[in-house]
Amino acid sequence: MSEATTPRTRPGSGVVQVTGELIATRRAGAYQHLTFVAPGLAELARPGQFVALAVGGPTSANLLRRCFSIHKVSPSGTYGGTVDVVVAAHGPGTQWISQLRAHDEVDIVGPLGKAFPLPKEPVPCVLVGGGYGSAPLFWLAEALRARGCHVEVVLGAATESKLFGVVEARRYADGVTVTTDDGSMGTKGWVSDVLPEVIRRTGAAVVYGCGPMGMLKSITDVATAEGAVAQVAVEESMACGVGVCMTCVMPVVDKHGVTKMVRSCVEGPVFRGDRVRWDAFSDGLCRVPDDAVGAPRTGGH
Amino acid sequence: MTTTTATTTTSTAVDMSVDLAGRRLPSPMMTASGCAANGRELGRFFDVAELGAFVTKSVMADPRSGRGTPRMAETPSGMLNSIGLQGPGITSFVENDLAWLKKSGARTLVSIAGNTSGEFADVAATLRASDAFDAVVGVEVNISCPNVANRGLVFACDPLASAKVIALVREQLPRDVPIFAKLTPDVTDIVSVAQSCVKAGADGLTMINTLLGMVIDTDLLRPQVAGVTGGLSGPAVRPVAVRAVWQTRAAMLEGRLPFVPIIGVGGVRTGRDALELVAAGASAVQVGTATFNDPSAPVRVGRELAGLLQDKGFERLTDVVGIAHERVAR
Repeated sequence: MSEATTPRTRPGSGVVQVTGELIATRRAGAYQHLTFVAPGLAELARPGQFVALAVGGPTSANLLRRCFSIHKVSPSGTYGGTVDVVVAAHGPGTQWISQLRAHDEVDIVGPLGKAFPLPKEPVPCVLVGGGYGSAPLFWLAEALRARGCHVEVVLGAATESKLFGVVEARRYADGVTVTTDDGSMGTKGWVSDVLPEVIRRTGAAVVYGCGPMGMLKSITDVATAEGAVAQVAVEESMACGVGVCMTCVMPVVDKHGVTKMVRSCVEGPVFRGDRVRWDAFSDGLCRVPDDAVGAPRTGGH
Repeated sequence: MTTTTATTTTSTAVDMSVDLAGRRLPSPMMTASGCAANGRELGRFFDVAELGAFVTKSVMADPRSGRGTPRMAETPSGMLNSIGLQGPGITSFVENDLAWLKKSGARTLVSIAGNTSGEFADVAATLRASDAFDAVVGVEVNISCPNVANRGLVFACDPLASAKVIALVREQLPRDVPIFAKLTPDVTDIVSVAQSCVKAGADGLTMINTLLGMVIDTDLLRPQVAGVTGGLSGPAVRPVAVRAVWQTRAAMLEGRLPFVPIIGVGGVRTGRDALELVAAGASAVQVGTATFNDPSAPVRVGRELAGLLQDKGFERLTDVVGIAHERVAR
C-alpha cells in the first residue's frame, strides 16, 4: 500500500480510516448490496451509524465522500471484520461504487455519527424504512429484540423493486407490513397510511425511521399523534461526513427549546423527530428558520 | 491491509521548519480555514499539534447560522460551497474551541471575519483578551469570503477597503502576533491588493480564497445551492492559486512589494501539489477541500512534501521557496 493511502486514525477516537476490500457485491432489487472487509470498524459500530466511502481512487475528480448507513457489521467474519452497505446508483459516485468488483479497494471512514438510542425497558417498537432507508433497521431490530422488545417493521417504497429487505425483515421482526405507492407489493399507499394502526396494535413506545425527509416528517407526525417517540435517521447530503465541511446542517431544536443549524453528520444522523424543524423544509431546500441562533437579519448573509 | 492506530513521524533529513513573520513553525503544513472546523473533529484522525499551524474556521463577532441548504455542489475535481460563515461567535470560540486547541498543543492561526471593518477589530480585540491567546501564532484576516449576501463585503476586491480592515486589526493585536491577509483571486490585479494590505500592516499573505462560481441543477433547472452562487475550491483551482502566488512573489523580487511570507492555499491534495505552491513562492501550505476526501490529508501532504524534497536532494524547505522564479526559461 502506498504512503498516500496508508490509513491513519488515533487510538480511542472511535473512528477508523481504512482501505476496505470488497468481498461481495450483489443486486438487491433496485440497489446494490456490498460487503467490505474493514478492519477495526465493525467492533466500533452501532445501528444508525454510517460510513463515508471515497470514490474513484486517490486521483479521482470526484473528491467528496459518499455516506451510507451501515446495513450490518460482522466483527468476526471469515475475512476479519466486515461492514455491509446498500447503495442506490444515482450519480457518478454511487455508480462507481455500485460497479466495484470483488477485491477492489475503497477508502472507508467510519463508524460515523450517533447511533439509534435504545430503550432501557423492553417496550414495543416499530421500525419504518423507506426504500433502501430500511438498510440499518434489521440490525437495529436484532439489538432491540436482544433487549426483549417486541419489534414490528414497516417497509415502504414507490414500487416493489425499490423495497429493500422484505425477506430479511421477516427474519428479524415479530411482524412486517409492506406498502408500495403503486400497490405492486403489500398495501397500496404510504407507510403513514398503515403506521397508526401498527402503533396502536403493538402499543409501540418508540418509532424508528430512516428514509426520505418527507417520510420522516410524516413518521414523526404519526408517532407524536399516537403518543410514541420518533427517532429518525436523516439523509442529508454531506461532503465530508466527519464534521468539518458544514454542508449537512439542518435546523434542530435543542433541549432548551432553541433552534440551531446543526451538522447531521456529528450531531445526527439520528434525531428525535419532534426536535427537527420540519417546517423549514420544502421543495428540496431547507431555509434557516427566523428564530434560529444567528439567523440572517435583513439583507441576509 | 492494515489499520494504523499510532501516529508516526517519518524521520527526514530535510529541515521543514519555517519562519512565518517571526514565528518559527516546525512544519509548513496547515489546515485551510473553513475546511477543518475548529480542531476536535480532525483530532480524531491526527494529532493537531503535528501541523505547523491549525487554521480555524472564520469566526465573527456574533453566532451565525450560515445559509440554508443545499450548501454544496460537487464539481469536476472540486466543489462549490455556500456555507455563509456559520460559526459560534468569538466569545464562544475563545472559551471552547481555542481553549481546546491550546490544551492540545496546537499552534493556532485564527481566521477572523466581519461585516464591517470595525467588526474585524472587535473580534481581534476579544481574541487578544482571551485566556488561550498564547496558543495563537497568527491571525488570518478573511477579507475575501465570497459567501456573503452583499458582495461589496468582499473587502479584498478593493485595495482601500482591505487596507482599512488590516490597519484596524493590526491596532488590536500585539506586534509579535503576525497577521495574514487572505486574498481572493477574483480581482483584476491581486498584487495591488497585496501591496495595500502589506502597507496597512499585514505581516504576510494567504492566497487564495475560493473563486466565485455557480452550478445549475440540470434536472430542476435551478441553482444547485440555496445561496445561488458559491465558492469554488479543490484541485480544479490549483493553477489559479499557483498563478496568484507566483505573481505576488514576482512583485517582491521586482521590488514592488516588501518580502513578506506567503501562505499558499488552493487545490492541494498531494505533496507534489504543495511543492508547486512552494516553488512558486509560498513559505507554508494549507490543505483545504482535500481534507473532505482524506481527513488526514494535512499531515499526509506534509510527509509527502518532505519525501519529495529529500528525493530531490534539498536540505531545507526554505531553499525551495520561490525557486521556480530562478528557473524560468529566458
